[in-house]
Amino acid sequence: MKILHNFLTMGGYAAYVWPAYAVTLLILMGNTIGALRNNRKILKKLKQQLLVEKRQ
Amino acid sequence: MYAFLYKLASPKKFYQMAGQLIPWCSGLAILLIGYGLLGALVLSPADYQQGDAYRIIYIHVPSAFLSMFIYLMMAFCALLSLVWRIKLADVVLTASASIGAWFTFLALITGSIWGKPMWGTWWIWDARLTSELILGFLYLGVIALKSAIPNREQKDKASAILVLVGSINIPIIHYSVYWWNTLHQGATISRFAKPAIAPSMLYPLLSMIAGFLVYYVIVMLIKARTEVLYRERRSTWVKELFK
Amino acid sequence: MHPKRRQRLTYLLVIMLGVSIAIGFVLYALRQNINVYYTPSQIIQGQAPKNHTFRLGGLVKQGSVMHAKTELEVAFIVTDLVHNINVSYNGILPDLFRDGQGVVVQGQLTAQNEFRASQVLAKHDEKYMPPIVKDALAQAKNSTV
Repeated sequence: MKILHNFLTMGGYAAYVWPAYAVTLLILMGNTIGALRNNRKILKKLKQQLLVEKRQ
Repeated sequence: MYAFLYKLASPKKFYQMAGQLIPWCSGLAILLIGYGLLGALVLSPADYQQGDAYRIIYIHVPSAFLSMFIYLMMAFCALLSLVWRIKLADVVLTASASIGAWFTFLALITGSIWGKPMWGTWWIWDARLTSELILGFLYLGVIALKSAIPNREQKDKASAILVLVGSINIPIIHYSVYWWNTLHQGATISRFAKPAIAPSMLYPLLSMIAGFLVYYVIVMLIKARTEVLYRERRSTWVKELFK
Repeated sequence: MHPKRRQRLTYLLVIMLGVSIAIGFVLYALRQNINVYYTPSQIIQGQAPKNHTFRLGGLVKQGSVMHAKTELEVAFIVTDLVHNINVSYNGILPDLFRDGQGVVVQGQLTAQNEFRASQVLAKHDEKYMPPIVKDALAQAKNSTV
């Protein structure tokens, strides 16, 4: 219980520690998702392009 | 050794090897950051001076380290590109720029959040903070240059030169706290001296640094694979991928 | 090395060297502006600007902190262990402000040794350790002295 309390309040610095971790997590996740999305996008685009070329 | 590197520098080989490497790196990153976070937020003791506020170190130092490491990586790529004309170097440089910019932003914002309760201010124009801010603008400059020049060869060359010239800022960031009076303190972990941090606090920190490093490798490889596909879209090996 | 590559490498090294030297000169010329604070010794030697706001940095002298009873008014001595400057301040102090702590204070000189601060910042060192270790270290130091 004491550990949990300390974990949440951060000895009175929760208002600084938790936002710092939150913004880090957000940016790292955002970077990963963005990179994966771009990768999928180009795979799809190249596939379509190739199909068009085949038909011609 | 040379034969291996030469093979790796071929876009096709790189694309395949990067694809195989990513899952392994992801596992490693989860382990390192997982242990790091547990240590950072639960296991490690509070600091004698700063109490629990010092826990921001576990994201601030890795971010700041990565912001400089990625830039050095890009400078190395710029050299390979300009002198040896290795095309893959431009791909890695392009893929790294935005990740480096984000780590610089993180180093600045977490430092700011840490500075408010401890120093008493969000920001001060001291040599360390200012040179790190300049690093951020260098990253933005590279990104802007990449998107402003349409011709790919010119774009790669211009950004490689900018990256190389800007690399002079890296030793300035590192030594700023020793060359000038600053509010920012000196380095806690340095290669030559015993770390000025208790072991129970040090190991999670090292784990976080390693975890962030592996994270950079993962995202860089994903972005580099995308970039390679785009640049090689007219080559036969890319077309064979979709058969 | 291929002569062509060697030539490109030489060009790059010359450019880098030139830019480094230029930046080195600029930073050397600006060194007093890049420093964030003056030390008490520099102020005693008259290097600090008069009638201008600047920052003073040093340690809070042990036992020198005096709080006013009612207001936030506080007075303390900033020392670099050679010279002392008396500082007065009215406002909120950072959490780390205490005896022996490094501080950077912004303000103006009102007399030879008197500094009126408008902002007090704490400067901490690069050492991190649990309180238990700190106590053990302090005890070990006391027993050897």
